Amino acid sequence: MEKYRILPHTADGKFRAFGATLEEAFAHAALALASLMWDWSKVEPAMSLEVEVRGRDREQLLYKFLEEIIVAFETRRFLLGSVEDLTIGEEAGAFRLRAVFRGGELRPDTELLGGVKAVTYHEMKIEEDGCGWTVQAVVDM
Amino acid sequence: MELKRIDETTWEIPRDGAMRVPARIYASHKLLKSVQADQTLIQARNVACLPGIQRMSYVMPDAHQGYGFPIGGVAAFDPDEGIISPGGVGYDINCGVRLLRTDYAAEDVAGRSKELLAGIFNEVPAGVGKSGVTKLSPGVLREILVKGAEWAVENGYGTAEDLRMTEEQGRMREAEAAGVSARALERGLPQIGTLGSGNHFLEIQKVDRILDPAAAKTFGLAAEGQVLVMIHCGSRGLGHQVASDYIQAMEDVFGVEGLPDRELIHAPFRSPLGQSYYRAMCAAVNYAFANRQMIAHRVRGVFEKVLGSAAGMRQIYDVCHNVAKLENHIVDGREKSLCVHRKGATRSFGPGRREVPEAYRAVGQPVIIPGSMGTASYLLVGTPEAEALSFGSTAHGAGRVMSRHEALRRFRGERIREELAGRGIELKATSWKGVAEEAAEAYKDVDEVVRVSQAAGLGRIVARVVPIGVMKG
Repeated sequence: MEKYRILPHTADGKFRAFGATLEEAFAHAALALASLMWDWSKVEPAMSLEVEVRGRDREQLLYKFLEEIIVAFETRRFLLGSVEDLTIGEEAGAFRLRAVFRGGELRPDTELLGGVKAVTYHEMKIEEDGCGWTVQAVVDM
Repeated sequence: MELKRIDETTWEIPRDGAMRVPARIYASHKLLKSVQADQTLIQARNVACLPGIQRMSYVMPDAHQGYGFPIGGVAAFDPDEGIISPGGVGYDINCGVRLLRTDYAAEDVAGRSKELLAGIFNEVPAGVGKSGVTKLSPGVLREILVKGAEWAVENGYGTAEDLRMTEEQGRMREAEAAGVSARALERGLPQIGTLGSGNHFLEIQKVDRILDPAAAKTFGLAAEGQVLVMIHCGSRGLGHQVASDYIQAMEDVFGVEGLPDRELIHAPFRSPLGQSYYRAMCAAVNYAFANRQMIAHRVRGVFEKVLGSAAGMRQIYDVCHNVAKLENHIVDGREKSLCVHRKGATRSFGPGRREVPEAYRAVGQPVIIPGSMGTASYLLVGTPEAEALSFGSTAHGAGRVMSRHEALRRFRGERIREELAGRGIELKATSWKGVAEEAAEAYKDVDEVVRVSQAAGLGRIVARVVPIGVMKG
């Protein structure tokens, strides 16, 4: 199964990520977003960041989860390489996501492919069909 | 959806269904085609459904689809019965443009643009992930959020005259740092003094044609060939985080049921959350003003170093493209204070308004419309008619028509640089990919956008300016 697909969009970044489970689709969405900025497959996993977000619905959960990648990059110069141990649970009427980001630090010779500045709800989709889950998002670049 | 032609440059979506007011689109037949090609009209229609909206949901000639509200959208709300919406302002709060004049003519700078750009590149970090040269403490950052460009001038960046020649005098007074999250501060701290990436740029330009000599003279344009500097950037990660934080907060308080589009989330202007967002938005506006003030100061420094003098490098004006503010406008024959949202639109006030700097008040407000990379930019002046037509607003630039994906497929950054060099334009960029994505062909025709702005009465063309040197993040 492909992890994600980058889609054309007039002004910004748009992608669709896939997974057998919701968690897998979310993890692949994270890689899709990262791929707009750097080659995540080339990032040496020297550091770990624990991520925990809550959302009133799946869309807000996805928004806040993906935003963690942008914030980690801008505030800690962290480059996401892989996503591990991603769990999504429901708690007191809300969703909670936990995950571990593994990655490295931005270096002077790191090739940056673009700047993602914000996640948006524009054309956001989180859908399940017979094959699994598809997550679509547009990000501001 | 019905679209009525009012005249050559005006179209209307009549009030229908849940719309509280009509939507009005200023566009030529040619520009309308791209407006119809994406969700712009649907978005304009959705905006017309929001509580407290006054007169019409306006769409400017360079409009294209945005998040919730169209980019190139203007919507004004009654402050007591109406709303404020982060989507109506944009993520890049106070993305805007500053224009400086110089005493130099193109010949004085010929052959030195490479040196000037290299100097500016050193002083003004640009590109993705670049940190500023200025190290600030969080306490100082909070001061910047409250005082905006005023802080910058107090700390040696530029002059008091720069403040007079800035929209809001470079400081929105309702700003409060308390409502700006720790995360937004963390993003903003290392980025102060940087240009950013994407469609942000710095250009050394020359006046190509003066079309309104009297207004040009008032604004400080002397002659064709005069060198100018244009700086286009916004509030960086801080502004984006403020937008995001309040979108989430408004969702949590008001829920999303009933919204045709989640990016239309809003709060009553007078509600605690509405006021909190407004004050945090003002803080982000101030960050961007301080940023452009610092960058402009450094650019003056580079001109002095490379050419020997920065004399005459006075500020013409600095305008916001993404903002919400309280302004007095006539509605149903009465003057009212309204919360005017401009997203990808520029205020365009005519003579007499007290918001226009005293030195320009007899003529009107300068309106700076940057073109896409390597194409022309324009200086316009606001008109009295614009108030009735669009709450005194006009276009902000030329909107994108091609995806970054497509632009990357079709253009090579290095080729664009060669093509620009062939036309005598020097380009300095941090990323060839970024350059390709910003190819002029990916944008609407700025000449047409400005022509239509003028034809519709939203602004009057003062001068056309073209780049000599371009710096892109």
